[in-house]
Amino acid sequence: MGKRVLLIEDEPNIIEAISFILSRDGWTVHTHEDGTSAMDKVLAFPPDMIILDVMLPGRSGFDILRDLRGNAVTQQTPVMMLTARGQEKDRELAMRLGASLFMTKPFSNSEVRDHVRDLMEA
Amino acid sequence: MPDQGLAGSRIREKRLDRGLRQAAVAESVGISPSYLNLIEHNRRRIGGKLLADLARVLEVDTVLLADGVDSDTLDQMRGAAAAIGGAVEVERTEELAARYPGWGGLIADQARKITALEEKSRVLADRIAYDPQLAGSLHEVISAVSAIRSSASILVGPEELDQDWQRRFHENIHNDSLRLADSSEALIAYLEVPEAVLEQSGSPFEVVESYLDQSGFHISAIEDGADPAAVLKQADLQGPAEAVLRQFLHGYAADVSALPLARFEKTCRKYHYDPAAIAQSLHVPLAMVMRRMAQLPPDQGHPPMGLVICDAAGALTFIKSVPGFTMPRSGGACSLWPLFGALSRPHQPIRLEVEMPAPNATRFLCFALAEPIGPAAFDAPPALQSMMLVLPDPPETGSVPYPVGLSCRICPRNDCPSRREPALKGIAPQAEL
Repeated sequence: MGKRVLLIEDEPNIIEAISFILSRDGWTVHTHEDGTSAMDKVLAFPPDMIILDVMLPGRSGFDILRDLRGNAVTQQTPVMMLTARGQEKDRELAMRLGASLFMTKPFSNSEVRDHVRDLMEA
Repeated sequence: MPDQGLAGSRIREKRLDRGLRQAAVAESVGISPSYLNLIEHNRRRIGGKLLADLARVLEVDTVLLADGVDSDTLDQMRGAAAAIGGAVEVERTEELAARYPGWGGLIADQARKITALEEKSRVLADRIAYDPQLAGSLHEVISAVSAIRSSASILVGPEELDQDWQRRFHENIHNDSLRLADSSEALIAYLEVPEAVLEQSGSPFEVVESYLDQSGFHISAIEDGADPAAVLKQADLQGPAEAVLRQFLHGYAADVSALPLARFEKTCRKYHYDPAAIAQSLHVPLAMVMRRMAQLPPDQGHPPMGLVICDAAGALTFIKSVPGFTMPRSGGACSLWPLFGALSRPHQPIRLEVEMPAPNATRFLCFALAEPIGPAAFDAPPALQSMMLVLPDPPETGSVPYPVGLSCRICPRNDCPSRREPALKGIAPQAEL
């Protein structure tokens, strides 16, 4: 069984596409669509890596990232932000909060796959 | 633009600008003070030698008195210098406007248009930066594009896909393309909406003031008891300006209800336009009297009166100008006016005679008062509002007027401790840029 990736994203067709390409690359992909309960999901079953959207229902991805970095269990877990908010200020905020990588939508499948590989191997 | 018929008004303006008494000027040119008074109120025609003599005493070009330039144009030209800056000979504004009235009008028009365009830019920038609906629409478009791109990449990739997966991704692309079409249309429709806002030629306050200026800030219909809603509908303002005017008209109607015009005019004349005496006589709040004084009909022989209102941050929310007096919304007004001083002394009425810098050394009598607005609340700072009533050319009292200005950039006072920025070149040699 491959390492676990948790994809926190609320767009069903993006979830399906990313799940497909990462599963085919050997990762076990879990998904979660709600911002409010995202931390509960992470702590209940800690993943090896997280792909995190910013604009989520209930709670911002930035707030979730802040909590992830403040929690001993998830402090070191690689987090790749994947967002439609591609402004420089958003990138700076994400990196300041402790993101491992910041990717903007629209994305290329191969880039997502390569970045996940890099972060898992780091 | 020049107005041949108001030479008397220009003579009066020039005399006040130079701080000269009517009797002294009349004596210098060999006429009686009462005859000069008739001339100044445009009740006697003037020309020839007498005009030349007055020009000499007032130290201005005869052409300037005869043809003149209206004070609005001059205020706008000076305001343009203050707002835009550069090496501008502000002290020669009047000369420029008199010699080349077309250019003077063009400068004033351009300054107005620049202000309007800046306001439009600000509205658009705010809209792009902070509008949640726009952010949501863009997010929807990018999300749909992302899903389509990712699904399509999977379908055209080199690896084999079974038929179930192919069908699912085809369906996903189809659904996302429909979503993209809808969200794109919605986005385009949304971006076309702000026309009503953008067509306005300035901030909402300026639009309302421009409307009120048409009737000298006196609205007969409200004075006669008309419903503010009907007046608002007739004004036909759009967007935020409509909301600003609605609030103004309701306040106006409430003031009229408490202080009907006929009685108020009579009391004003009886107490020589002293707001405190009028308020005491009529048992009404001072602020109400100040507002009503600025609403007096312009054609009933009342002295001209300006009124400005600002919030606790000094932002001007209402400006009724009078000849020689206005305040710049952009570029920063002079902080020495009692309007701003009152903010540090709420509930304390301030009466102060002030004087503009030479050569336009016009004097004004100012009445300022800052008071909390809105409902009182415990443990919360009050929302303060300051108001200042301005009467040009008050009777001389012998006291030294307090020095004020329009804006630091065009103010010649070298030694002003309140100067916040240097003056433009040629305005104040020791305080230049």
